[in-house]
Amino acid sequence: MRFAVPVFPGSNCDQDCAKAVREVLERPADLVWYTEDSLDNYDAIILPGGFSYGDYLRTGALARFSPVMEAVAEAAEKGKLVLGICNGFQVLLEAGLLPGAMRVNDHLQFRCSIQTLQVENNSLPFTACYKQGEIIRLPIAHGEGNYYCDDQTLQELEDRGQIAFRYHGENPNGSVAGIAGIVNRRGNVLGLMPHPERAIHDWMGSRDGARLFRSMLQYWEGMYGAA
Amino acid sequence: MQPEQKTDSVMQRASEKEPTPEMIRDQELFREVGLSLEEFKMITHYLGRLPNWTELGIYSVMWSEHCSYKNSKPLLKRFPVDGPRVVQGPGEGAGALDIGDGQAVVFKIESHNHPSAVEPFQGAATGVGGIIRDVFSMGARPVALLNSLRFGQLHHPRVRYLFEQAVAGIAHYGNVIGIPTVGGEVEFDASYDGNPLVNAMCVGVLPQEELQKGVARGKGNPVIYVGASTGRDGIHGATFASEELGEDAEEKRPSVQVGDPFMEKLLLEACMELVKKNILIGIQDMGAAGLTSSSTEMAAKGESGMELDLDQVPQRETGMTPYEIMLSESQERMLLVVEDGREGEVQQVLDKWGLQSAVVGRVTADGRYRIRHRGNIVADIPVNTLVDDAPVQYRSGVEPAYYRENADVQPEKSLSQVDPVDALKRVLASPNVASKEWVYRQYDHMVRTSTAVRPGSDAAVVVLDGLDKALAMSTDGNSRYVYLDPREGGAVAVAEAARNVVCSGAQPLGITDCLNFGSPEKLEVFWQLEQAVDGMSEACRRLETPVVGGNVSLYNESKGTIHPSPIVGMVGLVENRRHITTQSFKRDGDRLFLLGETKAELGGSELQSVIEGKVAGRPPRVDLEVEAKLHQGILAAIRKGWVSSAHDCSNGGVAVTLAESTFGEGLGAEVDVTSPWDPIVFLFSESQSRAVLSIPPQHGDAFRQLLEEMGVPCAEIGRVTGDRLTVRVNGQQVIDTPVQDLRSIWEGAIPCEMNRSSTN
Amino acid sequence: MPTMKSGPVWEGKTVYKATITVRLKESVLDPQGSAVQGSLHSLGYEEVRQVRIGKTMEVWLETADFQEASDRVDAMCRKLLANPVIEDYEFRLEKGA
Repeated sequence: MRFAVPVFPGSNCDQDCAKAVREVLERPADLVWYTEDSLDNYDAIILPGGFSYGDYLRTGALARFSPVMEAVAEAAEKGKLVLGICNGFQVLLEAGLLPGAMRVNDHLQFRCSIQTLQVENNSLPFTACYKQGEIIRLPIAHGEGNYYCDDQTLQELEDRGQIAFRYHGENPNGSVAGIAGIVNRRGNVLGLMPHPERAIHDWMGSRDGARLFRSMLQYWEGMYGAA
Repeated sequence: MQPEQKTDSVMQRASEKEPTPEMIRDQELFREVGLSLEEFKMITHYLGRLPNWTELGIYSVMWSEHCSYKNSKPLLKRFPVDGPRVVQGPGEGAGALDIGDGQAVVFKIESHNHPSAVEPFQGAATGVGGIIRDVFSMGARPVALLNSLRFGQLHHPRVRYLFEQAVAGIAHYGNVIGIPTVGGEVEFDASYDGNPLVNAMCVGVLPQEELQKGVARGKGNPVIYVGASTGRDGIHGATFASEELGEDAEEKRPSVQVGDPFMEKLLLEACMELVKKNILIGIQDMGAAGLTSSSTEMAAKGESGMELDLDQVPQRETGMTPYEIMLSESQERMLLVVEDGREGEVQQVLDKWGLQSAVVGRVTADGRYRIRHRGNIVADIPVNTLVDDAPVQYRSGVEPAYYRENADVQPEKSLSQVDPVDALKRVLASPNVASKEWVYRQYDHMVRTSTAVRPGSDAAVVVLDGLDKALAMSTDGNSRYVYLDPREGGAVAVAEAARNVVCSGAQPLGITDCLNFGSPEKLEVFWQLEQAVDGMSEACRRLETPVVGGNVSLYNESKGTIHPSPIVGMVGLVENRRHITTQSFKRDGDRLFLLGETKAELGGSELQSVIEGKVAGRPPRVDLEVEAKLHQGILAAIRKGWVSSAHDCSNGGVAVTLAESTFGEGLGAEVDVTSPWDPIVFLFSESQSRAVLSIPPQHGDAFRQLLEEMGVPCAEIGRVTGDRLTVRVNGQQVIDTPVQDLRSIWEGAIPCEMNRSSTN
Repeated sequence: MPTMKSGPVWEGKTVYKATITVRLKESVLDPQGSAVQGSLHSLGYEEVRQVRIGKTMEVWLETADFQEASDRVDAMCRKLLANPVIEDYEFRLEKGA
């Protein structure tokens, strides 16, 4: 299983994501420059955190029009796994690969802390290694993680099990229904504000993020066999 | 290249609006840019003629305190700058120390006080941007940021505004560029009400063979400008930083620059690629005094000359004069010198990152600094007169009256009757001691996934990729101590920073310092500066932590003189990740040891400040021999794997050390000690060279034996247990309080103060 | 402010300036607006009932006529300048720089 980590000008978690894949899964992860227009050689894509294009105009708004995003949309269409973390989530929203939009945190400050989350649906390709309803700890670090969607969309997300993670206890940004991460209808595109790649060793303060990557590998091996 | 021209062809003025050389002389206009008559005469002597306006501007910024250290240079020479690990001492963008495996740690701290006082968000943000450029212009990959902040009293709305905005600015820059802000410290005191201090530190790592220098060599080699376009922002920032902020400081707002961390991220990555390709002869950040200081310093260091053509400089405003272009402090710009003919390779990398660049000049061999604008020569100056021959002020200080008066103050007597529990709660609620989570939760402290000890412990620890090693880092400085006795206070700043690093499991390696003081023209202030430098130097010598770089910020005099505030940024090396230690108690049943000797030292203490609202007496003294032994003892025990937690004693004494150690895991402690002092003195004395360690029961005896053999006073004072903090002194129970109660006070203090300004 | 060349660059084209305002939709909570409203109240401006924060963009473009300029700006807003999920936009178009 081969991972691509697209790099936009201003991405800053690209290396961290690639490192996490190598350390947790011992699988190759390549950094792919935003001007690439094909991701055919990859089985999964991780859109990393950071401040693509400085978050100018709106977070994720400018990255969405880069050539590599066409390839990401194509990959999602083919059913490949696409994971968007933090800024990556924001890019997926802007690109319309996930529903909703992101607003500035309700307290207006950037927030970095290790947050408790609840696994809302463990039947997804990204969550199979967690228990249903499990409480996990993942770091967050964002100024705009206040997820918004209208009531109808929220109802659909709830009904179809598209909410993957919800904040448990304190909601650190004011997001609708405490949403921390959602998938598309097909379940192969996950966007989440917390950073699983920052929680893969005990010395990081938590290693609950490792299982998200393992879930992806397990799903892929289930589909295509261990290779 | 234009043919050689004679100096007498230098333009009298570059625009009709500029004064002529004669007007500058006759109307003493040099004073407007901060130059004295003596200095003006020196310039005339060096040039052999009157300077024009552009040349005057160039001299004024190069001879400002910020660039030339003219007031502090004689003192800075007293710092120890050598040592077996020193790869690069003071004089470059940042210092570098050997950390083994062919790697070096590169680090520096710098102030951005004056801009932050006027526009705190951008002032603080661009301070962070500047220090990051200092580190990556050395070729190092920045891995961590720290800061040291000083603000006035939070009950002033203006102070809350400055604090809130400065923190947001620091957060903004570091978060966007993706370098974790892992540590720092904040102090609050009335002396900073009108004059906040914002010091930012950056730490980077590189393979030693990739170390870069800010040097221009090789006649004919191109000088390449990279990054943001030049605008009129920040003109005279370096001079601004070297003057007192008067009542009109708000009007100086145009001097403050706006930062673009996105641009800097691109610049950083592009420069890293250029370093790896090994095509740079020299690289320097355009920081204070912009194009002027970067280009002249590069030429001076290379013993070369330089010729610049300002028409090639990317400009975002029209009609800029040479004076404005030369003195602009627009951010996110770098100057490169590469071998002639390799411009294309540089261009390729810069294009990839979407950065604009331009060849703006050539290195020359004649030692002249020559500037062209629209075909004319607008400046022609001997390079060395700007850098090496900058004037130096030799001053001497006078011991202030308050120092003598303080000799008779004995706070131990007046404070001994205070109730210990009440005192502890009030000290924990003091913003100086209280949790700084409100600050650091706004900083991304985990990006790069290398942060092993996050903010809130004695020192931050960042692991090194591919190595078992880690770097510990801390910023420290207790300005109350320095005010009361600058020599002791200076030494304590170094000792405490080292102790913090030791408690996290690291060997202290070296320091960078930022000397924040008032006007050196005041004899008492100069005395503070001189004494503090001596105290710091002595401590650096004894603790074998050379000074490899730093910065001086004088004239912090807005609405009264600040407390003298030298800040120490210390870096230490953790040999093995298993040695990483934090301050939180880890296991019920661990035995508690207090290392070091407690004396009756409450002068300048947090208790004195909180209870009596004053700073008086003599501060704690530090015996550097004792301090060094303590460090060796703690490190020896950590390396044997015997230490569950280690926390040094500083603000608030043993009482705060114990309380803070319980907060991490919510594990309480039972302490029972005998002491020659009253309980209040034992609990809140801020005697130096002390730490509280928790040790698993099975190692306790061996631990005590080891420490005693090493000559470190070591008293077993209790154990980790339950969820309450209980303390008995000389058989009398003085504290018995749930950890949760104390933690709520400690955690809530700053958010509660800041909420006054919130909308709810 | 970008410097504009005065007059049309090629024949038959005119320079228009569009001033575009983008703000959160009425139905979407605007935390910045709420914060500013609170601050105004605490400063004594009790009469303030609502504050909405938005952003203004100025775009200069060269088109054959007003209608084309208007259509193009509208398309830009829909495609990039505003996020239709949470934001509304409006713009004013005028001739020249």
